[in-house]
Amino acid sequence: MTRHTLSVLVENKPGVLARVSSLFSRRGFNIHSLAVGPTENPDVSRMTIVVAVEGLPLEQVTKQLNKLINVLKIVELAPAAAVQRELLLIKLRSDSTARPQIVSIVEMFRAHIIDVAPDSVTVEATGTSDKLEALTKMLEPFGVREMVQSGMVALGRGPRSITSSASRAD
Amino acid sequence: MTQSRIAEGRPAVVPHAAQSPHTQAPGSTAPAAPRIVEKVTGAKSVVRSLEEAGAEIVFGIPGGAVLPVYDPLLDSTRVRHVLVRHEQGAGHAATGYAQASGKVGVCMATSGPGATNLVTPIADAHMDSVPLVAITGQVGRPMIGTDGFQEADICGITMPITKHNFLVTDPAEIPQTIAAAFHLASTGRPGPVLVDIPKDVLQSETTFVWPQDLHLPGYRPTMRPHSGQITAAAKLIASARRPVLYVGGGVLKARATEALRHLAELTGIPVVTTLMARGAFPDSHIQHLGMPGMHGTVAAVGAMQRADIIVALGARFDDRVTGQLSTFAPGATVIHADIDPAEIGKNRVADVPIVGDAQEVITELITAVGVEQAAGVVADLTAWWAELDDLRATFPLGYDWPSDGSLSPQYVIERLGKIVGPDAIYAAGVGQHQMWAAQFISYEKPGTWLNSGGLGTMGYAVPAAMGAKMGRPDAVVWAIDGDGCFQMTNQELATCAIENIPIKVAVINNGNLGMVRQWQSLFYGERYSQTDLGTHKHHIPDFKLLAEAYGCLGLRCESKEDVDRTIEAAMAVNDQPVVIDFVVGKDAQVWPMVAAGTGNDQIMAARDIRPLFDE
Repeated sequence: MTRHTLSVLVENKPGVLARVSSLFSRRGFNIHSLAVGPTENPDVSRMTIVVAVEGLPLEQVTKQLNKLINVLKIVELAPAAAVQRELLLIKLRSDSTARPQIVSIVEMFRAHIIDVAPDSVTVEATGTSDKLEALTKMLEPFGVREMVQSGMVALGRGPRSITSSASRAD
Repeated sequence: MTQSRIAEGRPAVVPHAAQSPHTQAPGSTAPAAPRIVEKVTGAKSVVRSLEEAGAEIVFGIPGGAVLPVYDPLLDSTRVRHVLVRHEQGAGHAATGYAQASGKVGVCMATSGPGATNLVTPIADAHMDSVPLVAITGQVGRPMIGTDGFQEADICGITMPITKHNFLVTDPAEIPQTIAAAFHLASTGRPGPVLVDIPKDVLQSETTFVWPQDLHLPGYRPTMRPHSGQITAAAKLIASARRPVLYVGGGVLKARATEALRHLAELTGIPVVTTLMARGAFPDSHIQHLGMPGMHGTVAAVGAMQRADIIVALGARFDDRVTGQLSTFAPGATVIHADIDPAEIGKNRVADVPIVGDAQEVITELITAVGVEQAAGVVADLTAWWAELDDLRATFPLGYDWPSDGSLSPQYVIERLGKIVGPDAIYAAGVGQHQMWAAQFISYEKPGTWLNSGGLGTMGYAVPAAMGAKMGRPDAVVWAIDGDGCFQMTNQELATCAIENIPIKVAVINNGNLGMVRQWQSLFYGERYSQTDLGTHKHHIPDFKLLAEAYGCLGLRCESKEDVDRTIEAAMAVNDQPVVIDFVVGKDAQVWPMVAAGTGNDQIMAARDIRPLFDE
């Protein structure tokens, strides 16, 4: 099972997310994570899809995606040539004795405490999946009340933009 | 960084012509035409848009949400509406119309059940790449999402079975949406497009402006093939020792049949035509080996299995053609040309992929192969042809007469094809009669064979024949149907009788769901679970009386002696639809056959006879 990160530019129209996700489920493609949001152009949204491919070439995924009328462009972002980030919010059990230990772990990971109460703290962290996994492992012993993690977003390294025609995937 | 940068280097704005790229319908808007601006209701805007898009015929049924459209439709002199009896009939009639005429088929239905009844024909058109535009009414915008009366999320439902669909939320967008629907349906790989319009959008006041251009930045089908790929293909073709042209429905869609014939004759390569491509190459042509696949000829299947080069043109390596993929054509290098890049490499790895329109691909191949031949590269196919001629001489298509003395269904279909001839249009249902109609009728011309290939929709024949007759009124149109299929959609005989659409229907009545029964005979120990329809045992329904009740001429034929006479009697009637109840034996089987899940080498010319199986 190999994972690929696809950056997909789509028209900002109602139902586009449904079209993409229904295509993945109908064709039996596995989405590991999906993040969608606006771009510098209000008519265009950008999806970052981490797809887990097993037994079929990534090519079939991108070809089927390209058939959607609202899909403008697809680029695969290779891990070495892209910056990739996820966002983690994690709420921990914490009384006054545990708090300093949590603070020191948070600092080591360059994370932040964004909410505090007498018996809890909420930590915010961004980073790659590996970093967030390591942080979670360090914080788990304090007791996790709840946590939430975003899908990955990614941009290619260097000055080039996938919205310029020079780097069109197709 | 901006929209304009995204659009760089590609035709973000598509100049569009009404109807298909191949035919300019009369009255259609060329980009240079004067700009039309009118003050209208949304409903009138729909009708005006259909007129400008070149829709001559709409098949449909009115109902609550779509009612506003039916009011201005009454006044349209350019769009004829045909009132069908079930929305499924409207959808299949539109696909039959599209396949026979080459234009976009149009169907219309109301919200909720009207729209969901279109689901089957839309899925059918999607699988067989038929240009279809479906217009559906929707509950008013304030009602959407409230589970209102006759509300169904038809855009959500049809998302995986349409090329694209639209929910129109602004009446001003009606013309551009319908123009886009026709463009999407008819260009690239054709397919169905649904336009869902809420009732209050239809009722509101708006301006009708027929668009000069379409804004579809994400849609850019590749028509012209890559020249390097063409050259690579031509080199392989010119030097192949055991080549086959594997021709699919895309060749018909691209109207490339003349070019195909030219390529075939230039190279001398044997041709096989899939179920969707019957008629793309004349059956009488010496190079034609017939249909490949599960019920194909031994020669066609054997040629593919033993080929060194397979040239796939507008075909998609469907499982009914390849059998077990791992043993399909093991020695073949594959050249795969298709307008849809996603088909290439989907089932079988393509050694030379070519994306493009079949017409352009074949035309460029002819030139490129000509260059190779001029350079002295001319393949010697003598040994290959000797092998194939031996296969087709030893295992021709044939059938045995039923031992119980009943009428042979294959004989009926064979005689029908002989008497009616190659100029007629034949529309089949799905099952044994469909396979026999594909095998025992000679198709010589494109657009003369209509059937439900990909989805396998029982009930396709009667409404499709109705649509085909409307699309080509001068042609004789026969529906060849089974007694099971016929009972699914024969209500459209009422439409045919009342609207004066004189189709002819041959019901190959074996009293059973014949193909299912055949599988039960072969694979389920002759345990016939739920396949006897009782049309023999109980004569329910009596198809002759049923035909008469529907205002058609009803005929019945039960013996070999009466077959020709009955067909000729049907041919003599042109002022009303005709239904012939051919009462045939229930034990006739479709052969050859590649059993599901087995490899094509295991093809059986008849039961337990495996001509390609060496061990």
